[in-house]
Amino acid sequence: MSVVFDILASAGLWAAILRIATPLIFGTLGALLCERAGVLNLGIEGIMTFGAMIGWLAVFHGADLWTGVLVAAISGTLFGVLHSLLTVTLGLSQHVSGLGVTLFASSFSYYVFRLVVPVAGTPPTVMPFQPIDIPALSSLPFIGPAFFTQTAPTYLAIVIALIMGYIIFRTPVGLAIRMTGENPHAAEAQGVNPMKVRYGAVIAGSALMAVGGAFLTLSAFNSFFPTMVQGRGWICIALVVFASWRPGRALFGALLFAFFDAFQLRLQTVVEGVPYQIFLMTPYILSIFALALMARRARVPQALMQPYRRGER
Amino acid sequence: MTTPVLDIIGVSKRFGDNLANDGISMSLGKGEIVALLGENGAGKTTLMSILFGHYVPDDGQIRIDGEELPPGKPRAAIGAGVGMVHQHFSLASNLTVLENVMTGTEQLWKLRSATEEARKKLVGIAERFGLKVDPDARLGDLSVGEQQRVEILKALYNDARILILDEPTAVLTNIEAERMFATLKDMARQGLSLIFISHKLDEVMAAAHRIVVLRGGKVVAERKASETNKAELAELMVGRRVTRPVREPSTPGAVVLELRDLGVRIGGVERLKNVGFVLREGEVLGIIGVSGNGQAPLARVLSGTLARTSGELLLYGEAVGNLSVGDVVDAGIGRIPEDRNGEGAIGEMSIWENAVLERLPAYSRNGLVDRKAGMAFAKSIIDAFDVRGGTPASGTRLLSGGNMQKLILGRNLSHRPRILIAAQPARGLDEGAVAAVHARILEARKAGTAVLLISEDLDEVISLADRIQAIVGGRLSPPVNAEEADARLLGLMMSGDWSHIAEAAHAP
Repeated sequence: MSVVFDILASAGLWAAILRIATPLIFGTLGALLCERAGVLNLGIEGIMTFGAMIGWLAVFHGADLWTGVLVAAISGTLFGVLHSLLTVTLGLSQHVSGLGVTLFASSFSYYVFRLVVPVAGTPPTVMPFQPIDIPALSSLPFIGPAFFTQTAPTYLAIVIALIMGYIIFRTPVGLAIRMTGENPHAAEAQGVNPMKVRYGAVIAGSALMAVGGAFLTLSAFNSFFPTMVQGRGWICIALVVFASWRPGRALFGALLFAFFDAFQLRLQTVVEGVPYQIFLMTPYILSIFALALMARRARVPQALMQPYRRGER
Repeated sequence: MTTPVLDIIGVSKRFGDNLANDGISMSLGKGEIVALLGENGAGKTTLMSILFGHYVPDDGQIRIDGEELPPGKPRAAIGAGVGMVHQHFSLASNLTVLENVMTGTEQLWKLRSATEEARKKLVGIAERFGLKVDPDARLGDLSVGEQQRVEILKALYNDARILILDEPTAVLTNIEAERMFATLKDMARQGLSLIFISHKLDEVMAAAHRIVVLRGGKVVAERKASETNKAELAELMVGRRVTRPVREPSTPGAVVLELRDLGVRIGGVERLKNVGFVLREGEVLGIIGVSGNGQAPLARVLSGTLARTSGELLLYGEAVGNLSVGDVVDAGIGRIPEDRNGEGAIGEMSIWENAVLERLPAYSRNGLVDRKAGMAFAKSIIDAFDVRGGTPASGTRLLSGGNMQKLILGRNLSHRPRILIAAQPARGLDEGAVAAVHARILEARKAGTAVLLISEDLDEVISLADRIQAIVGGRLSPPVNAEEADARLLGLMMSGDWSHIAEAAHAP
């Protein structure tokens, strides 16, 4: 037990949790926004990969880091437009379209990367975001290194989660998004254009996903490799359900998953005689349990995955 | 009631070859309730959709307070004070009442919703018109009647002065419907003007000041409620004299179905208690009651989709165990389920597939479905039962409610069932279709079929049944003979007061 306690008491664990959680927070919020408007966006895995690649590439070619993040966000909006065209305008199956976007975006990012960056033994690197030194807070014992040594995008992710919670539950546009996800016909009858709402939500959501990807290459690591998203997009899709489509809970869910992940990483190094793959599995297994526990009471947006066609019931 | 708030002038609308509205003119006065009466397909809903801006008319115009309304603009209609209450509610079940009402009423990019002001306004309107509802309740937790109230509140919240209700009672129980019409009358007294669409003669006579009858897209008549009667309206609506078929006297034969002390418990709740009845060849036994009193479990037990927990079921004089659907079909029990879209037919499949589905073995050869025989059977149903609007190969979903019901009847009656379980067979059908369905049921009775008619329509039960039992809270009352039953007695029976029928039951 003392091993567990030692891990919990190390500031490194808590710092790692926030770092691991950041891309998940962005991705989950993005997927959540799409789903609140009634569109499942399985393009997330590919959009994150592309965001990671293009953001890194921009910085590699001399742009500053925030420009890289912006470039990633813009690439996300383009994939959002693509997914909206297929699912909203054409009303195609959201699963199939989303998986298509993921396959396309993943392969396309590797293609672009290879076009620009020649094969090399060690991948080229950029200078990533550095931890922000917050006066007073960062120098506190334990608290400082545990919670206030993050890079700017991490704080941004947390702020966006809170803002999104406010938008969805406290503003007219949030109500319009929720109504569109629950009953687009009702939204239309009350003067809200469900098509526009869905486009807006999917485009903005996809941008957030791409920013989550860019965090990987511009803050967590400093180089790009094609498999680096590693299923984080799918975790985000599950986290949306875990969060019952609430941004605040999405933040909590991402942190919880990151906690499992950071914890098992440290456990691997101190516990001997157990194959490390067992530890690798634990966050996912615990996620399944948590999901089963939480998702039973979840209220799915009623029009999720249903194409809206004007004048049809 | 003299100033017209709404004028519809010469409105026409064509869909392809179908002239849905043909030069329709009508007006609505302040504080007036006008019923728009017509059969399904008469053009009522099209007209109201034009009024509300969902459709652009080919010709004609709409004036509100003398000013022309721009065509095809729902926002303009809402702005001019027109509110529409759809037959299928436009509500989101996961949102609260207040959220449902507020959607779209504010500027989209405002930084904060004015929830408190909205709540005050909503509660104020609800109190003024007696439409009590909790603004913070989740919509999905409300009853259908309450949800309709929310739908009406939504229109009033947008400052509607003219309210259009599309078949408002289609989804309500009788009691809820009565309550709703009382509210509508109160609203009219307070100066609102209302149009409601209906094909039910009773409610039109009871609630409207004036009745506009539509047939084939044209206004065929306009009557004051005080100067007309149901028979005249029925004739105007259908275009010919409709006489509901009359039950001829008959001599019932042997007992074919008997229940003794039957009980059903679902999830710990007793749905049926000590239910007992006998059903004889060549008679119709009516089970009357407000829906939700155990009709559904009763029909399901007899259809083989629900197991009883206690009691005996005797089929043709022999005690049987729990029936499966296959047993039921083999025993010659025909069924008309209450929910024809959900249980009666599969909309996505063709008519012939629906016709043969419950008798697949009879329509297969060498392990393959005998399509030819199935098509022939479907064709025979279509011809014999006058199913309009489809061929054997066309989709079932395209049929109107009445024609789908005729298909279901035909599928059952073509096999000359010995017993027919008919649950709410005429619900939601228009006058012509009701008469057709009733005639078929009486024909079956004449041919010796024992019919169990489960219904909440007093007129239907009185005109079809030989004997009547009421179902209240999962219990069946003793039977009364139809000759002794009137609306008053049946009303008492449905409310659970069975003291008046003791003598009747023992009468010879």
